[in-house]
Amino acid sequence: MWKFLHKMASPPHFYDLSARMIPWFYAAGIATVLYGTVGGLFFAPVDEEMHDGFRIIYVHVPAAYISMAAYMVMAIGAGIGLIWRIKLAHAVAAGAAPLGAWFTFLALITGSIWGRPMWGTWWEWGDPRLTSELLMLFLYIGYMALRAAIDDTAKADKASAVLALVGAINVPIIHFSVEWWTSLHQGPTIIKEGGPGIHPDMLYPLLSMILSFTLLFAALLLARVRTEVLHRERRASWVHELLVPARETV
Amino acid sequence: MSEVLLANDLSIVRGERCLFEQLDFALNSGELLLIEGANGTGKTSLLRGIAGLLDFATGHVSWDGEKVLENYQLFRADLVWLSHRVGFKGELNLLENLRFESALRSSAAAEKNAVLERLGLVRLTALPFRYLSAGQQRRVALARMLLANARLWLMDEPYTNLDIAGRSLVADLIEEHLRGGGLCIVASHQPVEIAATTRRVMLA
Amino acid sequence: MSMQERELPPLLDGFNAIIRRDLMLAWKRPGDILNPLFFFAMVASLFPLAVGPSPEQLILNGPGVVWVAALLATLLSLNSLFLSDFEDGSLDQIILSPHPLPLLGLGKAAAHWLLNGLPLVLLSPVIAITYRMPAEVIGVMMLTLALGTVSLSLLGSIGAALTVGLSRGTALLSLLILPLAMPILIFGARTVSLAAEGDPVSAGIYFLAAYCMMALTLAPFATAAALKISNE
Repeated sequence: MWKFLHKMASPPHFYDLSARMIPWFYAAGIATVLYGTVGGLFFAPVDEEMHDGFRIIYVHVPAAYISMAAYMVMAIGAGIGLIWRIKLAHAVAAGAAPLGAWFTFLALITGSIWGRPMWGTWWEWGDPRLTSELLMLFLYIGYMALRAAIDDTAKADKASAVLALVGAINVPIIHFSVEWWTSLHQGPTIIKEGGPGIHPDMLYPLLSMILSFTLLFAALLLARVRTEVLHRERRASWVHELLVPARETV
Repeated sequence: MSEVLLANDLSIVRGERCLFEQLDFALNSGELLLIEGANGTGKTSLLRGIAGLLDFATGHVSWDGEKVLENYQLFRADLVWLSHRVGFKGELNLLENLRFESALRSSAAAEKNAVLERLGLVRLTALPFRYLSAGQQRRVALARMLLANARLWLMDEPYTNLDIAGRSLVADLIEEHLRGGGLCIVASHQPVEIAATTRRVMLA
Repeated sequence: MSMQERELPPLLDGFNAIIRRDLMLAWKRPGDILNPLFFFAMVASLFPLAVGPSPEQLILNGPGVVWVAALLATLLSLNSLFLSDFEDGSLDQIILSPHPLPLLGLGKAAAHWLLNGLPLVLLSPVIAITYRMPAEVIGVMMLTLALGTVSLSLLGSIGAALTVGLSRGTALLSLLILPLAMPILIFGARTVSLAAEGDPVSAGIYFLAAYCMMALTLAPFATAAALKISNE
């Protein structure tokens, strides 16, 4: 088992394997995104309260989900890198952060658009989900800022890993405290997304979108980690053999 | 496993550069290890690595037959560290600084006066540390080494800022420490002349 | 000759020595303590000047303002927590002492609280009175601030350890710590507001106490790891 894991974590092997995986992730991701989009935009029944405005949840909910998942990927990568000193895990953490930040940003924008007809305002502090997403974005920014401030890659890996782990412990606490805070507010009531009462025609495209966002996130993450690995291993012989066109054998 | 200090397959990578790799050495009680090499060859890094201030990319150091990483607290109880940043507070005077040191590692308070006397620091005890000259500050760092009662001395450029008398004092102190069964690792770009069994590591 | 024969120094010696030394240093450099306190008072006076002096608004905003000012003042003082130790080489000596590094990091955080958190707690009633806070609310506020500043000192020591030696340390420290400190701010300020409205406050107090316990347990290990990494 250990041997297998170590083989997986070796950069050349990862570089090889990921090249073969990425097209599949893209293919499956695009298929599910097509089903989700068509189903969500055309076949899902109109919401009584929000009319067609609710349809933005087909982007908003998956994006919000990925913003959390990416942080977990980042923290797990950081933990593995710190404890077992696996450089590939650090590269995964480094690659997940900007992606997570963009998905968080997307969730914020779509959440704000979604809220506009609901609340009559672009931003509502009383909504725990949006506020949590905003704090999530700040966490990502802090992580990336720390990384950017340290020149030495190995040092940046380790320092940002400590931060990611501290952040991972705090994320649930932040969510909990924001929920508590808004529950005391007389803020606007929000319809529950999902839940057992949701119409299947509404639900399946949403699940499909969540799946497709996950697949696309995985594909993008692998692509990012590949470039990250190439950059980090640019002195290694396997990278040179890969990139320098093979000379004629003498 | 007769050697007290044993280093196996050490390598250090700083940023882009591999400073050295596959470095092995051993050191016994009463012996001196000289780390030599031009500026930028990794003398200080090697010394910091042995102390445990930075991680080796590969390899490990053993002390009394045990890997340092697995028992670093006991290793640290046995070593004392001297570098160009002496590690004293400019606002506190010499005695206040040394009192903090003696709480950090066990040391005998009774010897303090004798040590200060020998290092020529007796008249400076009440001054804030920052008023001391660079050479005097180095002497206080030497006082830390003598008071620490540690077996392993790690010294980075021990002659920096010292006058001729100071240098011969350093050499005397090292010789005494080695005669008492201690170990000493010195990184220096200047010639070091110590009458003791000397092993050398040349970094290029 | 086994290593185990050598004795380690008593466990709390290093912890106590760090606190004693940092208190002594602060005594010789009083500006390090006073500046964040003045900053605290000034930030708290900015709001009435900017928002207007109407009593209703002051009563409504008081808890939040005191808490935000306390958070910012703590951040300001955290920046220098490990800086001088890093610059003069003391950090090398501290890391290389036989004491467990988490315990020494805890000592630094404890000294920071005694020198910064505690004075903030003691000064806060003065600010609160200018915001027309009644006495029983002031009691709750001081309790939340006491618990919250302990947590902030511990959490902040992680951030200070991560950023020590980096050129853009100050702004970076705020970026790292502020999002993590949000729960403390939320619970601290809201609990004081609840007290002002006459609602029960135990939930917030319990949360702050729990957070404080968790920070006491976990933060020193993160600080120790961060210190070692930054000092490499």
